Amino acid sequence: MSHKDAVRNAITSVVLSASIATAAADETSIRLTEGPGLTQVQASCSMCHSLDYILMNSPFQDKAAWEKTVNKMVKVMGAPMTADDVTAVVAYLDSHYGKVAPTAP
Amino acid sequence: MQLICGANGGNMDRRKFILGSTSALTGGLLLPGIVSSAVAQDLPAGAVASGILDALPGKRPLIKRSFRPPNYETPVSYFREAFTPNDAFYVRWHTGVPDIALADWRLHIAGPGVKSEREFTHDSLRRKFKTVEVAAVNQCSGNRRGLFNPHVAGVQWGFGAMGNAVWGGVRLKDVLEDAGVTASALEVVGNGADAPTLTGPDFVKSLPMWKALDPDTLIAFEMNGEPLPKWNGAPARLVAPGWTATYWIKALVDLTVTDKPFDGFWMKTAYRVPKGMFGASGFESQDTEQNSPITAIKLNSLVVDPAPGAVLERGRRIEVLGIAWDGGSGIRNVEVSLDGGKTWRDAKLQRDLGRYSWRQWRYAIKPEGAGAMTLMARAHARDGSTQTDTLVHNPAGYHHNVVQKVDYHVA
Ligand code: HEC
Repeated sequence: MSHKDAVRNAITSVVLSASIATAAADETSIRLTEGPGLTQVQASCSMCHSLDYILMNSPFQDKAAWEKTVNKMVKVMGAPMTADDVTAVVAYLDSHYGKVAPTAP
Repeated sequence: MQLICGANGGNMDRRKFILGSTSALTGGLLLPGIVSSAVAQDLPAGAVASGILDALPGKRPLIKRSFRPPNYETPVSYFREAFTPNDAFYVRWHTGVPDIALADWRLHIAGPGVKSEREFTHDSLRRKFKTVEVAAVNQCSGNRRGLFNPHVAGVQWGFGAMGNAVWGGVRLKDVLEDAGVTASALEVVGNGADAPTLTGPDFVKSLPMWKALDPDTLIAFEMNGEPLPKWNGAPARLVAPGWTATYWIKALVDLTVTDKPFDGFWMKTAYRVPKGMFGASGFESQDTEQNSPITAIKLNSLVVDPAPGAVLERGRRIEVLGIAWDGGSGIRNVEVSLDGGKTWRDAKLQRDLGRYSWRQWRYAIKPEGAGAMTLMARAHARDGSTQTDTLVHNPAGYHHNVVQKVDYHVA
């Protein structure tokens, strides 16, 4: 175990979860739009950060951009998601938080 | 009063510095308002809707970008003070926030670039090395990302992912030299006690040797004369004046001096700008064919008061207050235009608080005609650089330093 891991385990784990718990009281106020796929989004996308990461990044990502984001969360950040989860989550994000088509002049 | 800070580090009398600054003169600040309408027009709608004012324990209400990890932006009204109050200073984390008691804290120094390993406690560091102070702007690389058009993904910051403070601690240089830097030393890798939630990449960043050995680069324990708040990196954080805050590792616990370029995700893949788009990075060991790490802060300025959208009284003379800063060359002048950029006149620069600090400026106006009025402000740095008229768009949304256009209403 590295020095870093030692410090992490010894010191931060307890307090870290405590500080997250404090913040978590507030993140329960986040409401995402109802719709198919919401359950998967709530399960997959709130593990490492609050769901406002989705809200603030809307509505300017098209389906391809949301797909890229979700794939990054899986491949780089380590989100444990099945291929079906990914499909459902991308479809949900695109229909509720996707790029709004420019209105006709 | 002569202030010595910048080129040769701190050595300044903190009491004099703080008391002498305008921060002491500023009485009760107005309550931070809602994000100004000008910002709201430019941010993604979802960021405006979720960007509520919310107070973390020990902090005043700041603009919440995300609850977890906590990313909170300072309302621009706090930038009326020369130094940003600690409890109003923005908060930026990639993962959970460590909470380490000073007595338990250890700093470990190792790697192929040092002759011998070292471990320090807070006491042993402070006893062994001289304490210095540096005034410096701490600015998130992604400050103003939310204003990018077209938008790019990431934390959607407005103008307030930055602050100015006096940082107090020991020189990184002194500590590294105590461990003995070898001829093969290439980068100093800083790691904080924060850790990814699952298997994701740990937030770890490196500095080139020249920057690590710069006498202004610190291991800081204090901010504006107080211990660092845990939200801003207690017990100790790196301070790399002139460089964006991504290098200012918070809750610092490990320093590794390497003989190879450090290739962690947050160096190799994230925090990058297209090669050559913003000039040389000054960090050659991290440059690739395609891109470079974001490094020095680009020259920028900001109108602080009156806030954009304010109603100004016709015929009444007022002073516009702003700030300007860059990566350490210092501010040469700031110009203001009231005719859409046709003519420019110099603003009055306020006291020089050091080359890494921002510089306040003032400009008197007496609005005559009723109706809309637009004020533009543009800074010039001592290194000859100036602000851009049009956004230099880049994938990660860095270095937004477009000349600001502030709309007022005269009535
Ligand atoms: C394994 C951890 C993890 C999971 C699970 C996860 N993320 Fe992330 N996500 C991160 C990290 C780490 C960041 C970077 C945070 C930062 O820089 O503030 C991030 C950033 C983001 C961003 C900002 C843009 C970017 O690319 O950095 C968005 C949008 C986002 N996540 C959406 C999602 C969505 C949607 C899901 C569910 C499919 C998800 N995340 C699940 C770890 C995760």
